[in-house]
Amino acid sequence: MGPLVPQEIIGADWNFFIAFVVGIGFGFVLEQAGFSSSRKLAGMFYGYDTVVLKVFFTAAITAMLGLLFFSLFGWINLNLIYVNPTFLGSAIAGGVIMGAGFIIGGFCPGTSVCAAAIGKIDAMVFVGGIFLGIFIFAEGYPLLEDFYMSGSMGPIKVSDVLGISGGVMALLVIIAALVMFKLGELAEKKWPREEY
Amino acid sequence: MKTKYMNPYLAGVLLGLVLLMAFFFSGRGLGASGAVKSVVVAAVDVVAPEHAANSGFYSKYVGEGKSPMKAWLVFEMIGVLVGGFLSGAFSGRLKWKVEHFPGITANRRLVFAGIGGILFGFGSQLGRGCTSGSALTGMASLSVAGFVSMMAIFGTAFALAYFLRKNWI
Repeated sequence: MGPLVPQEIIGADWNFFIAFVVGIGFGFVLEQAGFSSSRKLAGMFYGYDTVVLKVFFTAAITAMLGLLFFSLFGWINLNLIYVNPTFLGSAIAGGVIMGAGFIIGGFCPGTSVCAAAIGKIDAMVFVGGIFLGIFIFAEGYPLLEDFYMSGSMGPIKVSDVLGISGGVMALLVIIAALVMFKLGELAEKKWPREEY
Repeated sequence: MKTKYMNPYLAGVLLGLVLLMAFFFSGRGLGASGAVKSVVVAAVDVVAPEHAANSGFYSKYVGEGKSPMKAWLVFEMIGVLVGGFLSGAFSGRLKWKVEHFPGITANRRLVFAGIGGILFGFGSQLGRGCTSGSALTGMASLSVAGFVSMMAIFGTAFALAYFLRKNWI
């Protein structure tokens, strides 16, 4: 049955409307969870607020299990779901630069747009920075292209690399998440703070 | 601890269902930095169309019959602005402010926010997606890139936290 648009069960004309509705849900949940506050987000890295860990992993596991069960029930064809390709070197280097941006700026792109929507001026400056950073990358692309394209591994999955099923992989992620949630709860007790 | 925000585990399940909805309807996940890239490409194409056509980066997205702003992520991010605003209005959090740790000035917060944004924007292009597009969506689809992005982003932020502690605690 699914995914509906790639299989033309719903017309492609609807795809941008779906994107808009999905975005409303995305922005609403981020804001309700407190991701519009850089001090809450940064709390992750000092142990006083681990909401990032809890929301991020619960969301990843929910969607992961949803895809696996939908596939099991024959509701979705996983071969038609986009899997982002792996380029190991640039993925690690890009991630390291993004991690520095996270602890320095206190946001990531999605959360900064969400925070800008409720009037956070620091978030608006962060969004301006994203524009500039992408522009710098685009202008420097000729110098970066070789590294950017190196180490292509295609759209590979962790479960295939480890030689286990998607279900076992999901179980391992769930166990790891439960351990981290427990550590997060302990950290919040150890380094308490007032609410922002 | 009393909080004015939603229970994080409930918020996580809801966010996961939003992501699952994107997969089920459109066959793809969430994203954020890709929408900013579209705006940058469109702006450069308007200001300097020849430069855009000759560049190895912009030329992938511009030219005959291609419109960089007609992208799934652009519409999704317009939705994020609307959804974030509605949530803020619903919970009484609409307010102009520079939020910062009381130990630093608002100007210092803004400078660091700008630097962080530049780094995140640059890194998101090098790493083919940010926290939502590469890490969250990638993990849900079990992609290696998703797990690598997640570990590199959060690992680096933890590793550098000590050096930036005066900004936050």
